[in-house]
Amino acid sequence: MRTLPIGKAVFGTAVVIFLMAPLFAILPLAFTDSIFLNYPIPDFSFRWFHELFTANAWRRSILNSLLIGTGTTILATVLGTVASLGLRGNSASLLFSVFRTVFLLPMVVPAVVLGVGMQLMFAQYGLANTYVGVIIAHTVIAIPFVIVNVTAALQGIDRRLENAAASLGASPAVVLRQVTLPLAMPGIVSGAVFAFATSLDEVVLTLFVAGPNQRTVARQMFSTIRENISPAIAAAAFLFIVGTIVIAGLILLAQKKGQRA
Amino acid sequence: MSDALIHFDKVSKTFGIMTVVDDLDLSIGKGEFVSMLGPSGSGKTTLLMMLAGFESPTSGTISVGGKRVDALPPHKRNMGVVFQNYALFPHMSVADNVAFPLKMRGASRSEIVERVTKALDMVQLGAFHERRPIQLSGGQQQRVALARALVFEPEVVLMDEPLGALDKKLREQMQMDIRDIHHRLGLTIVFVTHDQTEALTMSDRIAIFNHGKIEQIGGPSDIYDHPKTQFVAEFIGETNLLSGKVSSASNGLLTVTLEGGQSIRVASAAALEPGKHVKISVRPERIELRSSGEGQNELKVKISDIVYHGDHLQIQADTGSRSLVIKAPRNVVTSQIGQEVVASFSPEQCWIVS
Repeated sequence: MRTLPIGKAVFGTAVVIFLMAPLFAILPLAFTDSIFLNYPIPDFSFRWFHELFTANAWRRSILNSLLIGTGTTILATVLGTVASLGLRGNSASLLFSVFRTVFLLPMVVPAVVLGVGMQLMFAQYGLANTYVGVIIAHTVIAIPFVIVNVTAALQGIDRRLENAAASLGASPAVVLRQVTLPLAMPGIVSGAVFAFATSLDEVVLTLFVAGPNQRTVARQMFSTIRENISPAIAAAAFLFIVGTIVIAGLILLAQKKGQRA
Repeated sequence: MSDALIHFDKVSKTFGIMTVVDDLDLSIGKGEFVSMLGPSGSGKTTLLMMLAGFESPTSGTISVGGKRVDALPPHKRNMGVVFQNYALFPHMSVADNVAFPLKMRGASRSEIVERVTKALDMVQLGAFHERRPIQLSGGQQQRVALARALVFEPEVVLMDEPLGALDKKLREQMQMDIRDIHHRLGLTIVFVTHDQTEALTMSDRIAIFNHGKIEQIGGPSDIYDHPKTQFVAEFIGETNLLSGKVSSASNGLLTVTLEGGQSIRVASAAALEPGKHVKISVRPERIELRSSGEGQNELKVKISDIVYHGDHLQIQADTGSRSLVIKAPRNVVTSQIGQEVVASFSPEQCWIVS
């Protein structure tokens, strides 16, 4: 089936505009010198970026996001990779398909439901309003991204490579360290980047489990837009978008490296 | 065999309800080159994987040098394995691939450098140390895999259809190289293949696999000239199968009446009862075509097709009840399609198969 090239181009452009327009609408506002978040922009200025990095609430939220994002990335990547290794090659077993489904469940369960459950549970174990609690909450929803990426990478590894290593004298631990993990690394890196992005972006669970001390950038933007509509939000959004582009670039790079290997 | 190195004793392997290797006994001598030949699914690769330790037998024992190995994990078996797809580590250089087994054995850095250099020189890849496997051709990758499997001087080298992915010319070159290395290093090699020519040219002995059992084992000429069963006769080379009934037996010669009514004589060590149904295998190159009869073991045939093969002609000839394939040197055949001639073969060059 062939569509007319012109039709394809028009439709493609329309979709891109639909997806990107909100971004382009907010971005210029990051550079306004007005105190209102609206057009027209009176003059060009970096004052809201300055505000972002000096105002206590914003600065703390940026540090919190980095801290929680890093913690989530490490925890989710380690757990997700171990889970993928464990689930590998047992596709036929019923028990393992149940496990696989459970691990991927946080992708489809509404965050609100998870949030309520976690709040109740964390309160009981003294994890409510703690960094550890927020990191655990973010890890739960980040793990599926790691598992999906790492599982795909592991499926691409020829088992005979591992057999060859074993026949050459490598114990199972050495095979894992020197053959399996290096070959799965592009998938592990993509998974880690997705985990970080998920944590950065997460608002709903954070609302439920984080206290005032664990306010992340996303959470701070959410409350700012309700309390005082400041162009600092646009500046934060600008940072987010730039960050996302960098992250997407990293993923592409990791995948490209994976194809070459 | 008294100096047998590898022993399979009543080894079976089942996957679910499928019996892949069926109560199999096999001994392989030190320094022997044994090929396991058979159609896919005949159990040859599974047997090799059990010897390497990637599969464990459902029952029976495997021993190497008098020690049972069937419970040992692969990394403690000290066998070099060459895989069909080479299985080179894509994230390591050629030199690191070959150094891998030495590192696993804790060799010193200088020793590793020396032995890797020697191994790569042996397979004529001395200039490729720092290349990645992906930058090499199929034949070069295969030689790296060979160097990697030999560099730690294992007693036994296992090869799982190592030449399957190479083109014909390269394959023949590698066959000669592997044979040469086998002779020079005195290795014991177990070689799995489904290519009969490969097995015939390389092996000391060939084991023909069928349905998880060894149908026949013996030297290449044994297997080719004296196949014991119809399966072996048809699997190795081409053959003509004639069926008939024994009419008399004397002095190691059987007289057999063929389905078409003609009688032929077959040399046979086994004295078979008259009246017994037998199958006779005759290789296409053992049959001669003559314009007129002059002796025994002659079948009147009509030539139905002649195919030019360069070094020989392949002739289809019709006996009336069945079709014969004949391989003839091209300078001795003057026959035309449609011509009626006589096909003959001596009693010693046909063989009773079961």
